[in-house]
Order: sequence, then C-alpha cells, then structure tokens
Amino acid sequence: MMPSSLSGSQLVASPHAHAGKTVTGTMLRVELALVPATLFSFWLYGWPSFLVWALTLASCAGFEALCLRLKGHPQPARVLKDHSALLTGWLLALTLPPWAPWWVPVLGGFIAIVIGKQVFGGLGQNVFNPAMVARVALLVSFPLPLTTWVLPGAQASLPAPGLADSLMIFLGAMPIPDAMASASPLGFAKTELSRGVDLLHSLSSGHAPLAAWHGVRVGSLGESAAPLLLAGGLYLIAVRIISWHIPLAVLAGLAIPAAIGHAANPAHYLDAATHLLSGAAILGAFFIATDYVTSPTTPLGKLLFGLGIGFLTWIIRTWGGYPEGMAFAVLFMNALAPMLDRAFKPRILGRQRNGKPLDAPKEA
Amino acid sequence: MNLRTLLDKLLGSADWGIHPDDHKRPGADAPVRVMPAPSRLYLPLSQHSGAPARPIVLVGQKVKKGECLAEAQGMVSAPVHAPTSGTVLAVADVTAPHPSGLAMPAIMLEPDGLDEWIELKGCDDPFALSPAEINKKVAAAGVVGMGGGTFPSAVKLTGANRAGIHTVIINGGECEPYLSCDDVLMRTQAAGIVAGVRLIVHASGAKRALIGIEDNKPEAIAAMQAAAAGYDTVRVCPVPARFPMGFDKQMVKTLTGIEVPADGRSFDAGVLVNNVGTALAVWQAVAEGRPLVSRLVTLGGACVNAPGNIDVPLGALAEDVLAFAGGLKGDGLGLARRVIGGPMMGAQVQHWRVPVMKGVSGILALDAKEARLEDASDCIRCGSCVEACPMGLLPSDMAANIRKEALGEAVELGLKDCIACGCCAYVCPSSIPLVQHFTYAKNELAARDRATLRMEATKKLAQAREARLAREAQEKAEAAARRKAERAAAAAKTAAAAEASKQGEPT
Ligand code: SF4
Ligand code: SF4
Repeated sequence: MMPSSLSGSQLVASPHAHAGKTVTGTMLRVELALVPATLFSFWLYGWPSFLVWALTLASCAGFEALCLRLKGHPQPARVLKDHSALLTGWLLALTLPPWAPWWVPVLGGFIAIVIGKQVFGGLGQNVFNPAMVARVALLVSFPLPLTTWVLPGAQASLPAPGLADSLMIFLGAMPIPDAMASASPLGFAKTELSRGVDLLHSLSSGHAPLAAWHGVRVGSLGESAAPLLLAGGLYLIAVRIISWHIPLAVLAGLAIPAAIGHAANPAHYLDAATHLLSGAAILGAFFIATDYVTSPTTPLGKLLFGLGIGFLTWIIRTWGGYPEGMAFAVLFMNALAPMLDRAFKPRILGRQRNGKPLDAPKEA
Repeated sequence: MNLRTLLDKLLGSADWGIHPDDHKRPGADAPVRVMPAPSRLYLPLSQHSGAPARPIVLVGQKVKKGECLAEAQGMVSAPVHAPTSGTVLAVADVTAPHPSGLAMPAIMLEPDGLDEWIELKGCDDPFALSPAEINKKVAAAGVVGMGGGTFPSAVKLTGANRAGIHTVIINGGECEPYLSCDDVLMRTQAAGIVAGVRLIVHASGAKRALIGIEDNKPEAIAAMQAAAAGYDTVRVCPVPARFPMGFDKQMVKTLTGIEVPADGRSFDAGVLVNNVGTALAVWQAVAEGRPLVSRLVTLGGACVNAPGNIDVPLGALAEDVLAFAGGLKGDGLGLARRVIGGPMMGAQVQHWRVPVMKGVSGILALDAKEARLEDASDCIRCGSCVEACPMGLLPSDMAANIRKEALGEAVELGLKDCIACGCCAYVCPSSIPLVQHFTYAKNELAARDRATLRMEATKKLAQAREARLAREAQEKAEAAARRKAERAAAAAKTAAAAEASKQGEPT
C-alpha cells in the first residue's frame, strides 16, 4: 500500500524545478527516429506494408484503450496519450512480413498489449518486451505466414499492386503472387545449409537473396532499412533518449562471434556484416533491446544485457531451429534484466563496490 | 588512472549530476540593495544546527545593534544577536521556513530606527592570534555555515584543528539555479573573503586552501583570482558548472580527487569545507568584532518584479523583503510556488510570513511553468534517475520499494547515502516525486529507530527493576540467614557457657 503522504498533492518536496522531459515526449522522439525507415519500407513494399503498419498501431492502441476501460483506470485518456502503446505497435509492425494478412496485426496487437503488458499491470510493470512477446507467439503459432517474404518492388518482375489489389491481399482474398515470394537471406542460408549446400556455394549462386546495405532486399519492414534505422538510433543517442551501452553491446555481442566463426570456417558461418545487416539486428539493438521497461537501468547491467542479446542471437541464428533469433534473445535477457540490475549496481560515492565505506585516504 | 576511476569513467558514474538552466541572470548582475530593518524582526533561537540558543534579554529591554540576545548552550550551538537597535517585545512563535510550517520560538524585536551599533572590538592583526582565540571570537559572533548547512563554524574549526587537516576547501560553487548571493559576494567582497580564507587556514592548521568556483561565474573568478594573487597558500580553481557541485563530497572530489568515505566526515579525509559567505563572516567576526546580523539573500523567480540580491537584516520576514524589493508581479497573480532557498533543495512554504535566518540564501516566487506542476505517472524504468544520481544510487528501485513499504530493501539500495539533492526527480519523465519518497522513508526509519530505542530503554528499565527486586530479595534472605546463624551461634555460646559453668561448679 502506498503511504498517503506519497500520493497526495498537498505539499511537494523539492526539487521545485524540472528538466521538462515527459514520457510522451520521449516516446514521440523514438517514433520520429523510426519515421524515415518506415517510409522507406512503404516505398519498397507498397500498399500492403502500409496496411500492415497502420492496422498494427490501431490494434495496439485499441486494445490498450479497452484494457484501461475494463480496469476502470481513472485517466485512460492521459495514459493513451503517452504513446507507449503506439510505439509497441510500431515496433511490432516493423518485425512483421510486409505482406502479412490482416489478422496477423490484429492478433499481434492483442498479444502485445493484453498479454505482454496489461496482464503484468500496465506500463512499467511488464517483464518482457511486449512487441517481442507478440512476435514470438505469432511465429511459433503461425510459422508460414510469418515467414512469407516478398521481393521489394525494385527487384520484382511484377508491377507493385495497386491499393485495391493490396487490400485484397491484405484481407486474404488474394494469394501473394508466386513471382513475388522470396526467402530472406538468413532463412535462405539456413535452408541451403540444412540441404547440405555450404555457404560458399549457396551464396554465390545467382538467385541468393543478399543482405545489401542500401536496404533494397528481402525482409521484414524494419529489416530492409538498416542504414536509416542506424541513423535513427544514433539520433536517439545524440538526444540522450537512450544511452550507447545497449546498442553497442548488442552489435558487439553479435559481430564478434560472427567474425570469429566466419574466419574459422566461411563455409559454415555467415560473416559479421551479413549478420549485422540482416534480420532485426539494427532495429533490435537500437529500438527493441533499449526498451526502458524491460532493460536494466544501470550502466554495467546494460552492457551485459546487450552482450547477452547479441551473443544469443548469433547462437540461435547459427544453430537454432529458426533463421532469426533476435526476438528470442531479447525475451531471454528480459527475464534476466532485474537480476542484472541488482548484481551490477553502480558504485556508491564513498563506498566500495561491495557497499563497504572506502578507507580513509592517506595524506594527499 | 587506477581501476576504480577507469571503471567509473566507462560506466558513467563519474558523470554525475545534472545541468539545469541556471536562471541566475539578470539577478546576479543587479546592484545589491541594502534593506533597512522592517517594523518587526523575528529572530528564531534555532537558526543553526545543534541546540537552540538561550535568551538572555528581558521583555521590554532596550538593545543595541550587535548586542547578544541569546547565548549558545551546549557543545554545538550559536548565539543570536540583535540586527538593529530596538526593544525586545516578546519571545513568540513564528512559522519556520520549512514545508511543515511548524512554529518555532523567536525573539521579537521592535526596531527603534536608529540602527545604533554596540561598541565593536576588532583586532588589528588577526593572524597574530592563536587558533583558540580565533575560534572564541568566531563562536561569540554567532557565525554558522552560510551555505545552508548552518553548522556552527567555531565547532567545525576546532574539530578540523584537532583532526589535523591539510586542505581547506572553500565552496563558491553555488550550483543551485537562481541563487547568486555567493556570486555577488565574491564579486564585491573578494578581499574580505580571501582574508577570511587565510584566517581559516591559519586557525585550522591546514597547509593550503582551494577555492572552487563554477565556471558560469567568470566575474567572480576574476575578482577572486585578483584578490588571491600573491598568497601562495590560496588557489582559485574554476570547476565545471553542474548540480550538485556545491555539496561537500562532490566539491572535495572535484578539487582534490579525494573521495570522502561514506559514513565519514571531510576531516577524516584531511579536508575542511567552508562556504565563501562563511569565510567573509569569519573575517568580519575576528577583524572587526562584528557579529552575524545580516546576510545576502537572492530574490528570484518569474513572479518577482525586480530579481536581485538584497542585504537583509536577520529576522526580517520574507513578506517584508518582498515589499522592500519591489514585490510580486500583478500582486502575486500566477504565483505557483513559494520557495525559501534554491529550487533544487529549498523548502516550499505556505505563506511569506517566515523569517530570514542565517542559512536562508534565497526567496523564490515561481510561476507554474518554472515549478512545473505535473501529476506523477507510472515509472517507465527509463534509467534517467540512475544516470543523474550524483551518489550512484538506484532512485527508481528505492522508490518502488518505499511504495511497497519495504524500507529495509531501500536501505540496502543506499537510501542512507541519499543526499536529497533532487537530481533524480528533476530528470524523471514521469514526474515522480522521488525525493518526497526518500524523505518520507528516512523520517519513517528515524521514527522506528526512536521507537526501538524507547522500547529498549523500557526493557532495560524493567530488567533493572527485576534485577533490583531479585537482589533485594536475595539480600533479605541472606540477612535472614545471617541473623539465624547469629542467633544459633549465640544460643550455642550460651549453651556452652552454661555447660562450662556447670562443669566449673565445685563438686
Ligand atoms: S527517471 Fe522516473 S521514470 Fe525514469 S526510471 Fe527513474 S523513476 Fe522511473
Ligand atoms: S535525491 Fe538522492 S537518490 Fe535522488 S539523485 Fe539525489 S542522492 Fe540520488
């Protein structure tokens, strides 16, 4: 029970000044950082991708409103205004296949908001990243639609579908044209490897989908625009919305083992650049792993958290059953976050790391 | 660079504190206004930390400016002097400049308008005095820490001398936004401050003095450097402007690299920290024999008409200071918060009828935009507070535990190391009143400690009583046994005597 002296608005303790940061402002900045990459994806994948994005956001906001209503929250409008549900939806949308049918965003929004967040008690209470909970639940339950990728417009031989055709595809009334379907680079490498074709051969064959830095390639909405996401992420670090610890650690945790593996056996291990440019690596490092609620708050905790995500992602991609492992890695490390915070507290001024007071200094 | 500093650098804990808008100008640049005594002065007996002073004047007594009204009592205390000449009206209650709004006893003085000094006994060569003599004069003048700590200066000097310190740190940080009284003091009275600093070095037995001034006060730095030129024991050191640079531990670490151990005092690390205002007061006390009867107070905030620094006689009500210095815009329309002290650590008060005391550095009238009245929302674990905390604590986790009434957990996270600086709440995007949590928890813990002490004392009393009863019973029993034994012995003696006499009888 909260002591009444802490909830009342009677006399407020110091400070009587504020930096002016707000939750809404913070979330808006993150969304702003996602705008370029999102627009780029719309251009790549056309109308269906826009519909997926829009419905995911709407679904998340809708379920959030519903939950707040059902819980009898005193100020549902104020909570909705903080944009946290929209941001969850946005991040989820960026991990979905661009031409997913309509029920994927709706179900995804339900899982993310209701199961991933509100069941835990709402904003700030959830242990797991809601967007990743939804992403993993969808992938495990509906592997096929969740791994049906399409060629980006610029590479496709067919013209991009118009709005009407897009709606049909979106509503499931029309199948995705075969000529458009493709595998993602990570998925392709995995399938070929399991067929016994090593990477040296599979990747050099003409039809291999390559991870290209400029982003015109096969993948989820947020997989394609790595440079734009990177720019967005650096912007967030520059305006101090996120700190550098987690992104750097995730990328290092992924790139270092990948580089070592590739150097040892290029036929079996993808190189570091492909790893970094594929799947949710950039999106995950800057936007998903850095989710405030589910990551540690201490600097050392953040570093270890990020390293863990990067390394686990590499393990899953290399030996796991799925071509992409970022979502699993994030969820796993989410579970460890509170423990990391506890175990790697900052050093208190005047104390040693173990909490004992420092010894009195000798004559200076 | 040792491992600890390297780790601190890498992990960000060397990058403590915040960089608030300082709001110091134009107030800092305005000329100082000297306020005459208002119609009534309220001089609290407790303007310092330690025991309250004891009044030594009678109601109706006429006093002169600088006359002692109440004397120090106990080891840690300071006397109170008359800020002007006049008549003692009563010892009455006045509202403390504290959020609680509790009353505190104060001597009420009615000025006679003559402002007549007592005869001051100065000293031509203060450096010829022994440390003990200097301390005596500082104590008699009622000098206390002017930075807000209000610890009696003479007690501190004596302690430092005994502990054998090597460095005197003079704090000219003034890191609180709005406040500029130390800045103005350094600009206008640099010579007096430097003389005071040298006197403190002399009295404390230190080897050198470092004066730390934040680099957002270039005029003060220049003036102090000029005044300190030629004295090689005194060095003026510009330090980066960030909050809370003015805290002892942070200032000591920045200037000397020494980290004062937790639970320890600066003395233990060989340093003594004093504020620039205190240095000047020490000089005036010893060289001029002048007691502490007035101080510079910064008037600030968007709601005041004429921000600036005012030389206020102690005991004047904030209301009178405002009336003298131009009042509030639109007669207080738009006033959102009244603050005594700085915005980061000062106290919110309910009305302006609170007296200016020795430790009051500012009177702020903030509008809604400055005070930013926002309802708290849920913690999003953004970690901003962790990054900002100058002590390396986890404010969000401490607050969460306090909300669950798990005070033990909060203590384990370092609650007792919290200096209530407010950096965490300043940056919190959810506007959570974190400091309010910590103050609540600290008070609660203190109350529990007191309760435990009381319980232990009661238990001890009960035990003592039981022991006494048992002892008494035992003594009684022993006495009875002794008496019985004596009786038996006596009986035996008589019997033996009877026997003997019987035997001795001639046959
Ligand atoms: S700054 Fe506020 S919202 Fe952010 S972690 Fe700290 S308490 Fe929570
Ligand atoms: S008030 Fe306490 S917890 Fe908050 S920043 Fe200051 S020292 Fe840290």
